[in-house]
Amino acid sequence: MKPAAFTYHRAHDVREAVELLTELGDEAKILAGGQSLAPMMNFRLARPSALVDITRVPGLDYLRHDADGLRIGALTTHRAVETAGVPDGFRVLPRAARWVGHYPIRCRGTFGGSIAHGDPTSEWCLLAVLLEAGIVLRGPRGRREVPATEFFHGFFATAAEPDEMIVEIRFPGAAPRAALTEFAQRQGDFAVVAAAVSLTIEDGVCSAARLVLGGVDPQPAVVDADQALVGRSANETTWRAAGELAAESIDPPSDGHGSGAYRKRLAATLVSRAFTEAATS
Amino acid sequence: MTRFAVKATLRATNAPTGPLGRTGARMAREAKLDGHGTWIGASVPRKEDGRMLRGSGRFVDDVERYGALHAAFVRSPYGSATVNSIDVAAATGIPGVHHVLTAADLDNPYLLAVLERDEFVPTTMPLLAESEVRHAAEPVAVVLAEDPYAAEDGAEAVEIDFTPRQAVTDLDTAPTGPNVHSGLADNCLVDLTMFDDDRLDGVLADAPLTVEAEFSSARLAALPMEGRGCLAEWDDRDGQVVLHASTQVPHQLRSGIAQALGLPESTVRVIAPDVGGGFGLKCVVGREEVVIAAAAARLRRPVKWVEDRQENLTASFHGHEQHYAVRAAFDTTGRLLGLAADIRCDVGAYSAFPFTCAVEPLMAATELPGAYKVPAYRARGRAIATNKPPTAPYRGVSRPQIVLVMERLMEKAAAALDLDPLEVRRRNLISEGEFPYTGASGITYDEGSYRESLDLAEKTVTEAGWYSERDELRAAGIPAGIGFSCFSERTAYGTPIMAQRRMGMTPGYDTAHVRMDPTGEVIVTTGTCGHGQGHETTFAQIVATRLGVHPDQVRLRQGDTDLAAYGWGTFGSRSIVIGGTSARRAADDVAAQLRRIAAHLLEVDESDVRLMHGAATVRGVPGASLEIAELARTAYFRAHTLPEGSEHGLEARGSADPPGTFSNACHTVLVTADPGTGAVRVRRYLVVEDCGVVINPLVVDGQVRGGVTQGIAAALYERIRYDGDGQPNSATLMDYLAPTASEICPIQITHLETPCPYTEDGAKGMGEGGTIGAPAAVLNAVNDALAHTGVAMDHIPVRPEDVLSSLSRPLATVGGT
Repeated sequence: MKPAAFTYHRAHDVREAVELLTELGDEAKILAGGQSLAPMMNFRLARPSALVDITRVPGLDYLRHDADGLRIGALTTHRAVETAGVPDGFRVLPRAARWVGHYPIRCRGTFGGSIAHGDPTSEWCLLAVLLEAGIVLRGPRGRREVPATEFFHGFFATAAEPDEMIVEIRFPGAAPRAALTEFAQRQGDFAVVAAAVSLTIEDGVCSAARLVLGGVDPQPAVVDADQALVGRSANETTWRAAGELAAESIDPPSDGHGSGAYRKRLAATLVSRAFTEAATS
Repeated sequence: MTRFAVKATLRATNAPTGPLGRTGARMAREAKLDGHGTWIGASVPRKEDGRMLRGSGRFVDDVERYGALHAAFVRSPYGSATVNSIDVAAATGIPGVHHVLTAADLDNPYLLAVLERDEFVPTTMPLLAESEVRHAAEPVAVVLAEDPYAAEDGAEAVEIDFTPRQAVTDLDTAPTGPNVHSGLADNCLVDLTMFDDDRLDGVLADAPLTVEAEFSSARLAALPMEGRGCLAEWDDRDGQVVLHASTQVPHQLRSGIAQALGLPESTVRVIAPDVGGGFGLKCVVGREEVVIAAAAARLRRPVKWVEDRQENLTASFHGHEQHYAVRAAFDTTGRLLGLAADIRCDVGAYSAFPFTCAVEPLMAATELPGAYKVPAYRARGRAIATNKPPTAPYRGVSRPQIVLVMERLMEKAAAALDLDPLEVRRRNLISEGEFPYTGASGITYDEGSYRESLDLAEKTVTEAGWYSERDELRAAGIPAGIGFSCFSERTAYGTPIMAQRRMGMTPGYDTAHVRMDPTGEVIVTTGTCGHGQGHETTFAQIVATRLGVHPDQVRLRQGDTDLAAYGWGTFGSRSIVIGGTSARRAADDVAAQLRRIAAHLLEVDESDVRLMHGAATVRGVPGASLEIAELARTAYFRAHTLPEGSEHGLEARGSADPPGTFSNACHTVLVTADPGTGAVRVRRYLVVEDCGVVINPLVVDGQVRGGVTQGIAAALYERIRYDGDGQPNSATLMDYLAPTASEICPIQITHLETPCPYTEDGAKGMGEGGTIGAPAAVLNAVNDALAHTGVAMDHIPVRPEDVLSSLSRPLATVGGT
């Protein structure tokens, strides 16, 4: 559990970081908190030839609300999100932060780092997809924004080019009725299954809904459960039906944390609970 | 000095014997200072904690030597394979790598653990694999480099040509699978049938009720916070290799090194500095430790190896992977008439030195009846070899499993007979008036509070409203259950008991040496080796009490083979009984020397001199007093003032070798199950325990809490998994689910005190009870929570998936995680 040799570079601003990434090539990785990357390097599962440390880059640690929505700087820690005052429509973010690792991890790990890592159970990846966030990248060819729904390409693979870095995650629209819940045997572990949902209720009837599952696919899985939800009464029966429909529509893998069949039952439970929480939030 | 506390009153034969009587006596003791100056029973804060909490403890990795090389082991990627060739050329070319050693470079050394029984098949454990590897992560070569990073680079670059073979990875297929060791019939290393009562078949045939059941428990890692590790160096002054090692058994490690390398024991010195937990994993000798010692002796250069967590989970020792097939006969009142057990233990590929792979089946077969009266008994115990790492005597050693078996049998019999399961236990527990009791397996139980602890536990949880809480939870749709377990725990195995195992080296006795210096300060040297148990505090309490000094004036020296006589270290809940009694006896000799000096100086009779509160006083002569420091000064610096023929110095040696003494306890737990996820949550936990006279309640409570946590872990969370090829699937703490503080509820502890009859202090061992009792209690509670489903679970760990599939009802409408 000692990393293979690598060179270490500290970037002082975004421009320098991008220059370093361009210069160092495909095998360089950004260090933005190191809560996932460093253990993977210790196991030699990740063997970057170079690390570009962006943790001292100023100006990337913020939550800002403007006409384009809520903007979260890439170096904002999970803890900062957890304790941030955010506008009403975005409260799901601080509420979900309690599921992210343990306190020391939340104090070091960053929002952008989590998105870049692309773990399919990551709370931020799920919420980015759920709330149709934009992932703002900076690279040698300038700045671009990739929809989160197109960003995650499978286990730890994303749409970011090797010479690009995430600078911001933009949540365009408020989601007043949204919730994330998950299951792991131990508090702070990666979720076995996680469910993130968002809901619109008009006159006691569910008029729109969105559902993303983690832990059932190599990337956050958007599940269409409209059939069980849209036009139905906003009540427990509906939420349970949505859970059952979600469970039927997935084919999750088996591992030591649970069989595929168990994950389907977890999905049913968690989807139902997430909608219950969303409806009352 | 005002910190002198409370005195232990050993329960007199006419003292109240009910649980409340004992509890009352104990509370009275904590409440009042009776002036006798005893530290026994005082909650003295642990001397160790300051340095541990400040980060200034001194563990193996904190010991540094100039020019030390760092070791990384090259390990087998296969569960079973032939080693065709090893090419070290590329590795030796890596910058910073100095040496790569293979078995051939070290003359093919091995460890051999011996059991002098015909039913035991001795097998050697090569320090580095030679022509074959028998488990994944088995060490094949060692790379020595200037830093640990280069060492790992080197280990990656060693090229080994393997031919993989089919691996044997479970108990059921092992008998028909390929031989783990050449010629090993049925892959069986030990096959013992013990206590075969020829009446038993008749009893089982004729009994009104026969319960047949199978039980299993998963392979576990002991998971000490500090993994293994060592630093070896050659000391040219003494012609010795000096090994700092994270071990529970320094002398046995020395013997292992000496035997494996063909050295006189005098040329090896083992020093255990602070040791960050062991739980049995460090009471056997690791191949790595011997290889590092051999490398340092050969190269005349310090060599360090510090195990990482991945190695700790995949390459050290495991335990507790067992299967029981049991038949038990009961009469219509729930009384146990007979018991037959077929016990199989998956012991992995090798016999660990010195305890051998028989330690689990022997313990299980000998002690299965536990706290219950079993009139007719038979047990077959087998150690089955598989292509997995060897096992060590992990905390509890088979007793978590045998208690689980007995406690589930009590529940099953009660269910079949429609009786109260606690009443069934009462009818079978060894009870007041029956002690000392000799059971079917020949064990003699000294007095305990088996019935009383159960009665008190039931009373406590009833009065605290556990049953109404359970019923309210159930009414709200949340499965909830209460479980009990009653057990006794043999501790402080002395030489005669250990000899029954017929090991090549028989542990048991221990010794201590006590010396007072000219300022009245005391050094105690012991052959036990605390590694988190607080011995520096508890031994000081024992010795300070005998010498009339403050525990802060008593220092413990342990863990150094050059300082102590051959000592057996710390395992098997032995240290405070055997080591503590040895220290007490030595201290009593020193106290007698002090009294003689005081008697001479004060011109009084020796028998009238008492030592307490830092002074020698004289019974019936108020004002006649000398400070103990003054007596010490006189002994060393003014010896000419003492009578001719007085002994010089203030020191003595003591030893103890008790026959083994039984602690006991009753655990009670309230659990809930999440109806939507199957997750079981431990909600309330009570331990009513009796370890005889408590030396330090803080220390005992800490042991109980840590033990219960490991027991809950075994019941609900932890398992080491291997796939069919022998690949480990639990190589990180992401996959091996050791619970954290978030998963464990507060644990309430009540003490009863039935003194040990074999020692002066009356303390019994208690290092393992928490781990022993918890799995059964939790499993019974889970079964109680699932009672409405008709499912009975007899395996651990019970996983959320198991629970969810048992809950046949529709998905939950209530409850959260």
